[in-house]
Amino acid sequence: MTELSIQLINLFASILLLLAFAMLAQRRVINLVHIYAMQGLTVVSATSIVAFVTHQEHLYYSAVMTLALKVFLIPLVLHRLIKRLDIRWDVETLINIPSMMLVGIVLVIFSFNLSLPISKLSTSVTPGTLGIALACVLLSFMMMITRSKALPQVIGFLSMENALVFAATSATYGMPMVVELGIALDVLVGVFILGVFMFQIREQFESLDISHLENLKEE
Amino acid sequence: MANPTLIDLVLWVISGWLVIGFLGILTLHKFTFVARVLFPLGGVGGLILALLALRSLNSGVDENRTLPIGLPQLIFHLRLDALSSFFLLVLGVVIFGVSIFSAGYFRNSAGTAPGLLALEFHFFIASMALVLISDDAYVFMVAWESMAMSSYFLVTANHKMPKIRAAGFLYLLVAHIGAIALLLSFGVLQANSGDYTFSNMRIQSLSPFWASVAFVLAVFGFGAKAGILPLHIWLPEAHPAAPSPVSALMSGIMLKIAVYGMLRVSFDLLHIHLWWWGVLLLVLGLGTALFGVIFAAVQSDMKRLLAYSSIENIGLLFSAMGLALLFYSYGMNTIAALALTACLYHVAAHAVFKSLLFLVTGSVLHATGERNLGRLGGLIRFMPWVAWLAFIGVLASSGLPPFSGFVSEWLLLQSFLFTPSLPQPILNMFIPVATASIALTAALAGYAMVKFFGVVFLGQPREEKLNHAQDAGLFEKIGMVWLAVVTLLLGLLPNLTIDLMEPVMRVLVGQGLAGESKSHGWWLLTPISIERASYSPVYFLIGIATAIAFTFILVRILYHARLRRSAPWAGGHAWTNSRMQDTAEGYGQPIRQVFEPFFSMKRQLPKPDDLEPKYEVIVSDKFWEGLYMPVVRLTEFLSALVGRLQRGRISIYLLYSFITLIFLLLLVPGVKI
Amino acid sequence: MILRQIFLQSIVSGASLLLAPLLMGWVSQLRAWLQNRKGPGILQPYRALHKLFNKDSVMADTASPLFRFAPYLVFGCMVLASAIVPTFSTELPLAKAADAIALVGIFALARIFISLAAMDIGTAFGTLGARREMFVGFLAEPALLMIFFTSSLIAHSTSLITIVHSLTGSSFAIYPSLVFAAFAFILIFLAENARVPVDNPSTHLELTMIHEALILEYSGRHLALLEWAASLKLFAYSSVGIALFLPWGINEAGSDISFLYAIPLFIFKLFSIGILLALIETFSAKMRIFRVPEFLATAFLLAVIGMLTYILLGA
Repeated sequence: MTELSIQLINLFASILLLLAFAMLAQRRVINLVHIYAMQGLTVVSATSIVAFVTHQEHLYYSAVMTLALKVFLIPLVLHRLIKRLDIRWDVETLINIPSMMLVGIVLVIFSFNLSLPISKLSTSVTPGTLGIALACVLLSFMMMITRSKALPQVIGFLSMENALVFAATSATYGMPMVVELGIALDVLVGVFILGVFMFQIREQFESLDISHLENLKEE
Repeated sequence: MANPTLIDLVLWVISGWLVIGFLGILTLHKFTFVARVLFPLGGVGGLILALLALRSLNSGVDENRTLPIGLPQLIFHLRLDALSSFFLLVLGVVIFGVSIFSAGYFRNSAGTAPGLLALEFHFFIASMALVLISDDAYVFMVAWESMAMSSYFLVTANHKMPKIRAAGFLYLLVAHIGAIALLLSFGVLQANSGDYTFSNMRIQSLSPFWASVAFVLAVFGFGAKAGILPLHIWLPEAHPAAPSPVSALMSGIMLKIAVYGMLRVSFDLLHIHLWWWGVLLLVLGLGTALFGVIFAAVQSDMKRLLAYSSIENIGLLFSAMGLALLFYSYGMNTIAALALTACLYHVAAHAVFKSLLFLVTGSVLHATGERNLGRLGGLIRFMPWVAWLAFIGVLASSGLPPFSGFVSEWLLLQSFLFTPSLPQPILNMFIPVATASIALTAALAGYAMVKFFGVVFLGQPREEKLNHAQDAGLFEKIGMVWLAVVTLLLGLLPNLTIDLMEPVMRVLVGQGLAGESKSHGWWLLTPISIERASYSPVYFLIGIATAIAFTFILVRILYHARLRRSAPWAGGHAWTNSRMQDTAEGYGQPIRQVFEPFFSMKRQLPKPDDLEPKYEVIVSDKFWEGLYMPVVRLTEFLSALVGRLQRGRISIYLLYSFITLIFLLLLVPGVKI
Repeated sequence: MILRQIFLQSIVSGASLLLAPLLMGWVSQLRAWLQNRKGPGILQPYRALHKLFNKDSVMADTASPLFRFAPYLVFGCMVLASAIVPTFSTELPLAKAADAIALVGIFALARIFISLAAMDIGTAFGTLGARREMFVGFLAEPALLMIFFTSSLIAHSTSLITIVHSLTGSSFAIYPSLVFAAFAFILIFLAENARVPVDNPSTHLELTMIHEALILEYSGRHLALLEWAASLKLFAYSSVGIALFLPWGINEAGSDISFLYAIPLFIFKLFSIGILLALIETFSAKMRIFRVPEFLATAFLLAVIGMLTYILLGA
């Protein structure tokens, strides 16, 4: 790895972190989709750089696939979902945004400390990148927890997967192609299943607010 | 004695204060004599003390003296070194201002007789000075306790009011809990050698565990006096209760004495330094600072506001100290010196400007009889002297360049920027958060101070009676002007002050900053190197003044200076009155909203059909309910249990004594049954 | 040597004094174009200033000396601020007197003075504006400080000149932490200069205004000074943005020839910032005032994360 490529990977890592925080702070669903697409683009760029530097050809395929899937296809599907379900407007979060970001900062510190021993085991892992990827996973997880509508939760899930892919490619320079294909397929199927679910939820409760699901429990 | 040493002279000043105090007793009700002669005399004593301390700092003396008073075997060990000299200097400077102010402040009508007040006052300052020069735990505790007692009597000077008595009691309680912790701490420090002199403590080598015990006890003891979270509880009660000059002394000096004690124990008496001590102080300090400033911003009593602001400043001092300790424990002495310089600078700056502000509240209180911000306003028109002097204090307190508060804040932030060089990665990561809270505290301090000054002195008078407010008298003015001038000098001449601290730094961390700091001239502050950071308040002031002067002249030359006076425009609304201004509560509203989880609030909102609408919000902190009330309830429960032993019959009590006697006899060694 | 320094300093200060209203005019002209209006022309701020200077100043009877003095002080602060930020040259003798922390202090000083002056008359609007201004400030100020600290950690210095030197240094380096700082800075930039999502410079709607409420009682030359100070503040903030995030091309060597490209390059960067600002203002809507703390807290925390990123990634 050259100095420049490490710097670039670091840059993309922090952009990913920035986008994860942007997702936490974003109220509009439509912007969440945009941020998701940008995340995809970041992952694509990082993957291509790793591919270029390490001359691993399969990473190029992975990059192209990510581009098609996460920058174009899934955002498109989500866009249509938003239009069909008419949920363009504000999403109220369960916790206010600054306190969420404060928790986010703690998560970043936590995950960086977590990744320190891992990166000591292997020479190829850059601790910062791995820590940030881990932080992004946790942040997306937190976003899923704090949103009350179904669609933002789906986006949180998807961005969690983005962070995982980033961790796999950038921090450890790629994983086998089969695994990546499997994950991609999983995500795609997941999105469609969740889409179907959302329609079901709305038909049942005439709203996408998942708090209605609380009524399903036994009294 | 042909050539008295400095410490002798310091002792003469202290005894002089005691003599003044006893003269007060003799002239219990001769108000004019007490006010016009005794208090100014005490002030002169302060000035002499300051000069002696200055002399001692310059010559770098380290003098010991023993006094054969006290119990046999327990003579007083006294010592004047750089650290005590620095604090004596601050003490003397502040006392001069406060004493002169007091000469014009105390009125005959207060609850305590003037002569008695003079006794308590001078006893208080004498014992503070004695704490600073004590060199064994015994005299330290004696002076510490007499400081607590005399200030207790001063707080309750107006003891006819039950609220003030309650505040005084709370103060006394916390002070004594702290004192117990201190006693225990000294007990650990002497390491079973039975010798309680500080010089003996210095040579003891404690294990890390016992050293930590001593340190934590000291944090508790001195923290209680300084008002560190959660032991701050007495501070916002005692300060408003006390007469203003007393508040000034308590806030300006007594809290610093606790800081002195902390420095003495952690840097001088303890020979090892663990990194987590620094972290402990840092976390406590940051929490206290943020807490204090948030509460300061929502207060509607001007003295309470300043009291909370003092809590904030104590927090800053403790975090600077913690940072210094942290660096010192890793052997980074230069940066430790930087953080410690920030700490000491803030000690001096805060002592002066906070005393000034408390004196200002005294003058306002006298002129208007009003402490509640909601009933003040517009006083700059009736009390211009007080207002402009307060303005200097407010700007210094908000940490604005080129005033004194900014210098210490600047030094503190500079030392924070060195933290990435710490060897512990986990520490490094929390540092940005810590720096952020310092920055937030500084900005909020500005908010609170704008509230204080804006609501009290600017705008329209909120009550009719304010229109007859009189400006401060001559003595009051002199006292405040003195403190304001010192504040200005501290802001403009940082290098001279850092020069004074040089011997202190050498005592505490082995090296100082003065050599590097003034290497580019006395007007340019460059604590580490000129590339790293530089700040020059003099240039700064000249820059702004030139810009203003040029603008003023150019505007006059190129255009005209026509000015028309008319009624305020107010957006064209014809009918406005003083009640339409923001109240103190209104001004604090955004802070209440943002930091809502910090407060426990009781709101009383009028209904739409209320004929006499009343809006009220009572803000209190959660520590009282969450921490202190459970302790109170536990105590009550335990005392109820003990109460069951009280049967009221003499034979039962005799039985208790009998059982105790038998039990004790059993414990006698060699007794076997 | 000293003469040269004074000369350079006065050139830079003079240039910022003159350029500042131009930037203001450029932004409002762009906004007009983006909103399909013809706009008053880029020179409008100068005409407005001239007009205001010529008018009589009307002052409330109850105004204290503080009220009269505040416009001069605010103006002086802003002149000093724009004199110590490296714009097209790093040869600024005054910059030694005040580093990045002091720069934040200068802005705070001006803020406190204008807020106090607004409270001085004692009208409902003034106190309301003062409260809101301090409220914006208490979050924006630490955020700005944290942004500076991120770059200070990179440069190992809080001196703005050293920061510029090390950012434009010989080896090209990417600093991810500056990405966060840049985003935070944009948010602060908007809030501090009373721009659209937080405040609207052309509003007089009492429910929303901040900056206008502060200066409501001023007129004539005092108002002119305050308006000029506002444009100087915009200019100073833009220069800070350029110095921290687009520092390339600032004349460091001090050779007189390189001014030939440094000055046009700086003006180009300034105008680009103007375009960015106009675009943001056109495409975003004014926030409710209750949302402002969230906006500013986001900026503050972003800046903190930036500093954290530096420590995590070491860049």
